[in-house]
Amino acid sequence: MDLLIEGMREAIEMLISGDPEIFEITWLTLKVSLSAILISTLIGIPIGVILGLTAFRGRRLLLVLVNIGMGLPPVVAGLWITMLLWRSGPLGSLSLLYSPFAIVMAQVLVSLPIVIGLTCSAFQQIDKNMLIQIKSLGATRFQTVSLLLRETRIAIMAAIMAGFGRVIAEVGAAMMVGGNIRGETRILTTSIVMEVSKGNFDVALALSFILMSLAFIITFFLTILQQRNKKQ
Amino acid sequence: MKPLIHLDHIQYTSKERTILSVPELSIFHGEILGVMGPNGAGKSTLVKILSCLQAPTSGKIFYNGVEVPAGNVSLEQRRKWAVVLQQTLIFDTTVFQNVAAGLKIRKVPKAMIKEKVEYWLEKFGISHLAKKNAHQLSGGEAQRVNLARALILEPEVLYLDEPFSALDYPTKVRLIRDFSSILKETSTTTVFVSHDISEVKFLTDRLAILKLGEIIQLGFTAEVLQTPHHEAASFLNEMTLNLE
Ligand SMILES: Nc1ncnc2c1ncn2[C@@H]1O[C@H](COP(=O)(O)OP(=O)(O)OP(=O)(O)O)[C@@H](O)[C@H]1O
Ligand SMILES: [Mg+2]
Repeated sequence: MDLLIEGMREAIEMLISGDPEIFEITWLTLKVSLSAILISTLIGIPIGVILGLTAFRGRRLLLVLVNIGMGLPPVVAGLWITMLLWRSGPLGSLSLLYSPFAIVMAQVLVSLPIVIGLTCSAFQQIDKNMLIQIKSLGATRFQTVSLLLRETRIAIMAAIMAGFGRVIAEVGAAMMVGGNIRGETRILTTSIVMEVSKGNFDVALALSFILMSLAFIITFFLTILQQRNKKQ
Repeated sequence: MKPLIHLDHIQYTSKERTILSVPELSIFHGEILGVMGPNGAGKSTLVKILSCLQAPTSGKIFYNGVEVPAGNVSLEQRRKWAVVLQQTLIFDTTVFQNVAAGLKIRKVPKAMIKEKVEYWLEKFGISHLAKKNAHQLSGGEAQRVNLARALILEPEVLYLDEPFSALDYPTKVRLIRDFSSILKETSTTTVFVSHDISEVKFLTDRLAILKLGEIIQLGFTAEVLQTPHHEAASFLNEMTLNLE
């Protein structure tokens, strides 16, 4: 209990004193996580829509892969990215390993299947008559999809939030591909792991409060966005 | 007279079963064709095939004498038709936006959309609901939104699949009167599916009786109702059964 109160005090002090290192870590966390979920959203929603609306050979196999991907262990994702970016690996010449970019890649890898899978299931649930109804109003294919996105916006926002939750909580892959380098790739989750291993529970707690506040604020705004124009 | 719409050996089958089989059907410019028949007769299927929302298994559809490629109708062509489906599927937005949907799709200027939507909301007596979310409407209110959403498009051909089924009687009578004059004024070719003999009597010029996917009788409405063929007669008889 003392530890908890101490941690909270520490966190508030750190925030008030404006410790530049904390600020830097938080800022990087925010940048990396938001980039990752933005990329996953931009790629994942179109793929999810196609998987949900169309029938083609290999669709079922693709769905199985997406569903497995939803539970992909982050350390496995981290391992893949590491091998890809390793000096002698296929993308080694770009020397991206241990950069924020590598963390974004790993986080996209773990959140993309969630966005695709949940978007796809939202679109599969659409009444077939709704498609006919929209077509009967003279919609082009693009207009049809945008109307359907509006109809399913609550489920789509849920997909984005679930993806974001995975990204912000993820540590295994970020540790592996980022390396937790001070001032370069240290983000909130990796520094919490480090502080705990050093026995600095108070600092770790302080960081965890910041992390949770971040997650809370962003999810709060996404929820507001999701629920707007929705009375009751 | 050349028909506006012509079906040639249209078949629609699903898993070995024939749902619709129409060797020949012509619909003429400006006429209102009624379609009656028991549940599952294929009325809704006929409407979806006529409006090219569903491709037939085989057969040809002609519009103005030109064959329409089933399942691949041009956008320009599709935008000449409007359909009120049997299932009222309203978008999760305001009544105003629902009625405006087809015009927005056609990129009509905003000011004109507003003017037209207000006109049609007024016509259907739902002006007071304009800002309400359409998912909070009663069944009859939703059906009026559905009708307004189609009629605002001022289509060349209008397909109506039981459009008045959820309306209360006074509203129905008022709307059908309005409807009849609008359709005649604009000489809109209309296909009208209904289970209500008085609606059909009042509104339609010709009547087709559908049973088990086949048109068992087709003729001027008054004639069909007065001298139905054997099978049609039994169906129409049952329609007028009362509960006592
Ligand atoms: N997508 C489909 N797949 C298989 N069968 C279908 C499908 N759609 C309709 N049917 C069947 O086709 C038949 C005709 O259906 P349809 O909806 O055209 O009937 P209807 O005359 O409109 O009936 P109602 O008066 O109940 O509206 C029904 O037996 C129905 O079960
Ligand atoms: Mg029907």
